[in-house]
Amino acid sequence: MTPSQTPQPSLQIDRYERGWMIAAIVLLATFALAVTVAGAAMGIQLPAPELRVNPQTVASEGPFAQPGVRELAPGRYEAYIMSQTWLFIPREIKIPKGSEITLYVTSKDVQHGFKLEGTNINMMVIPGQVSRLTFRAEKPGTYNFICHEYCGLGHAAMFGTLIVTE
Amino acid sequence: MTAITSTTAVPAAPVARPATYALSATEKRLVGLNVLVAVLALFIGSLFGPLQALEHARVDLYPLLQPLLKSYYQGLTLHGVLNALVWTTFFITGFFTLTIPFALRRPLAAPKLNWAGFIVQTLGLLTAAVPILLNQASVLYTFYPPLQAHFTFYVGLTLVVVGSWIQGYGFYITFYRWRKDNPGVRSPLMALGSVITMVLWQIATLGVAVEILTQLLPWSLGLLKGVDPQLNRTYFWFTGHPLVYFWLLPAYVSWYTMLPKQVDGKLFSDALARFAFWLFLFLSVPLGFHHQYVDPGVPPMWKYIHAILTYAVAFPSMLTAFTVIASLEVGGRARGGKGLFGWIPALPWRTPSVNHQLLAGILFFLGGIGGIVNASYNVNLVVHNTAWVPGHFHLTVASAVTLSFMGIAYWMVPHITGRTLWAPKLAVIQGWVWFVGMLIFATAQHRVGLLGAPRRTPLGQAPYVPASWQPWTFLTAIGGVILFVGVILFVVIILVTVLRKPAHPSQVPAIPEAEALQDPQLTPAWLDRWAPWLVATVALILIAYGPQLIYQIANMSNTSPGFNNIW
Ligand code: HEM
Ligand SMILES: [Cu+2]
Ligand SMILES: [Cu+2]
Repeated sequence: MTPSQTPQPSLQIDRYERGWMIAAIVLLATFALAVTVAGAAMGIQLPAPELRVNPQTVASEGPFAQPGVRELAPGRYEAYIMSQTWLFIPREIKIPKGSEITLYVTSKDVQHGFKLEGTNINMMVIPGQVSRLTFRAEKPGTYNFICHEYCGLGHAAMFGTLIVTE
Repeated sequence: MTAITSTTAVPAAPVARPATYALSATEKRLVGLNVLVAVLALFIGSLFGPLQALEHARVDLYPLLQPLLKSYYQGLTLHGVLNALVWTTFFITGFFTLTIPFALRRPLAAPKLNWAGFIVQTLGLLTAAVPILLNQASVLYTFYPPLQAHFTFYVGLTLVVVGSWIQGYGFYITFYRWRKDNPGVRSPLMALGSVITMVLWQIATLGVAVEILTQLLPWSLGLLKGVDPQLNRTYFWFTGHPLVYFWLLPAYVSWYTMLPKQVDGKLFSDALARFAFWLFLFLSVPLGFHHQYVDPGVPPMWKYIHAILTYAVAFPSMLTAFTVIASLEVGGRARGGKGLFGWIPALPWRTPSVNHQLLAGILFFLGGIGGIVNASYNVNLVVHNTAWVPGHFHLTVASAVTLSFMGIAYWMVPHITGRTLWAPKLAVIQGWVWFVGMLIFATAQHRVGLLGAPRRTPLGQAPYVPASWQPWTFLTAIGGVILFVGVILFVVIILVTVLRKPAHPSQVPAIPEAEALQDPQLTPAWLDRWAPWLVATVALILIAYGPQLIYQIANMSNTSPGFNNIW
C-alpha cells in the first residue's frame, strides 16, 4: 500500500449529527445565558461567605448569643437563628406583611439545613459559617422553615415557623 | 506471537487483530467475584428502599427490626453506601476486568495486581461494614462532619477506594503494554472507554482521599481536636460529582461498544464516541460546587463558574444520545424496521439485556432533564435537599446505571460461568417492573420535593407534613414496593442462573462487540492520544478548583469537634 492509496484519518461527522451538535450547543448556551441573566440582572441571591464563627463559642458570644428578631427600621428586620440538635432558636418568628427580613443562621453542633416553605429561601447551615438570605414577606400566612440536612436522630422533628401577620 | 514486520515510515497498516479472545480462568474468576460482591450489596442495600418508602407513607416497619436495625438513618446509611458506592464500584471493576482484556485481545498484564486490588477493596468493605452494622457510623453515605463515625468506617472506605485504584493500575499496565506493541493502531474503543473511566476515578477520588487522610481519620482517632466542615464538603464534592460519571461511563461503554451489536447494528461514529469519553474526562471533575450552591462558605462567582461547566458536561451526554440512537437505528433497519420510527419496535426488545438498556436510556432521558434543573443555580434553590433529589438520582444511578448493569449481567454472568440465562422472559419482565416502579417512585419524589418535602427524612414521623404531600408519599411507597420486587427478581434470576448445570459452550452467550460504521483507523489521531487530554484535564481542574481550594485550605479553621452519639 502506498500512502496515496491510504485514506487519511480525518474527523468525519454525519450531517444530521453535526446539526444535532450545533443544536445541543445552542440549547446549553441558552440555559447558561438564562442563568447568567437571572443571577446578574434579577439579583437571585445565594448564600455567600458572610462571617466565620467558632461553633464552640458562638452560642455565648457575638450576635448569636441572643438569637431572635430585631427591628432595624420600620418594615426592616433581621433574625439571628441558632440551629442545634434538634431545634431552631427562636422557633417562631413574627413579622408584618410587606416587611423585609434578613435571616442569619448558624449551627453550634452539626450540619443542618434551612428551607422556608414555598419560597426560594434555601440554605445549608454549617458549623463555623453563617448563612444569610433576605426574604420579603408579601403574603400573610404561616411558613415552616424545615431542617433538610440529616443531623441525628431527631432530624425529622426539626423545624420552626415564620408568621407573616396582616 | 505476531511479530511486527513493517518498519516503513508510513503509518503501519494495523497488525491483523485476533478475531476474539477467551478470558482466562483467573480473569473469569475475578470478574465473577467482583460481580458477586456487587449483587450482594445491591440486594442488601435495596432491602431498606421499600422500608424508607413505606415509612414516608406512615407504614413504619422499623420497630420490627429493632434488634438488628436501630433507626431509619442506620438503614439509610446502608442503603446509600451499599447501593451507590459498593454495587457500582464492584460491578464496574468486574466489568472492566472483562472489557479490557477482551477488547485488547490479551490477558491482564499483572493479574496479581488485580487480585490484590480486589482483596483490598473487599477487606475495606468488610471493615466499613462492621461499624455501620453496629450503629457506630450512621452518618449516611456522604459522612458530613462533624457527624463522626467510628474510625474503622473511614479506614474501610479508604481501603475500598485504594483497592479500586489498584485494580485500575492492573488495567493501565495492560493497556500500556498493548499500546507499546501496537503503535499506530487505534486503541479499541471498548478498552479506551474503560481505561478513561478508571483514570477519571483516580483523579476524582483524590478529593475524598485528602478529606479522610488529612481530616476525618486523624480526627476520629483523637489526633485532631476539630475539623472544618465547610472545607470537607468541598473535598467531598470534588469526588462526589465525577463519581456519577464513574457510574455512568461503564454504561456508556456498553451502549457504544456492545449494545449496537446486540441489536444487529453498528456504532454510528467511532470518532465522536471517543470524543465524548475524552470530554467526560476533561469536564467532569471541576463541577463539584453545583452540589454546594447553597453552602455559605463558597463565593457565588465560583458557583456560577461550576454551573456553566455543568452545562458543558451535558454536551457529551447529548452527543451520546445521538450516536447511540443512530446506532440502534442502524440495527432496527437491518432487522427490517421501516419508516421514521418503525425501527424502534424492530429492535430485539425480548432480549433481556437489550430491553434493560433501552429502558435505562429512556429513564436517563428523564433524569437528564431534571439534572439540567438541578444545575441551574437559581432554580436549584427550589429543589436543593428536597425529595426531588432522590427522585432525580433514582432515575440516573438507580435506573440508567443500575438497569444497564443488570442488562450487562444478563449476558456477562452466563458468559463467565458457562451457563445460559435462566428464565429470559421473566428477565424481560423484571426490567419492565423496574421501569414502571421507577416511573411511579420518581414522579412521586419529584412532586413531593417541589412541594418542599426534605430528603433524608422519615416523613412519617415529621410533625410538619401537610395533607398535600400525602398522595405523593403514598405513591412513593407504591413505587418503592414495585422496585423492590424488581430487585428480588433480578437477584433470583442471577442466582438460579449460576446454580444451573453448565451449558454446552455453543449456547453460552458470547461477549457482544460492535463494529463501527467506519474503520477506527480513520479516526483522527488526536482522539486516541492521552497526553493532551490529561494535560487539559489537570489544567481545567487547577483553574476551576485551584483558587478556591487554596483559599479554603489557607483559611481552614478546625473548630468542629466530633458528634458520635446523636443517632
Ligand atoms: C428497591 C429499590 C429502591 C427503593 C425502594 C429506594 C428508595 C429510596 C428512598 C425512599 C430514598 C430516600 C430516603 C430519604 O431521603 O429519606 C432513597 C435514597 C437513596 N437511594 Fe434508593 N431506593 C432503591 C434502590 C436504589 C438503588 C438501586 C440505588 C443506587 C444504585 C439507590 C441509591 C440511593 C441513594 C444514594 C440514596 C440517598 C441516601 C442518602 O440520602 O444518604 N437506591 N432510596
Ligand atoms: Cu436536620
Ligand atoms: Cu453533580
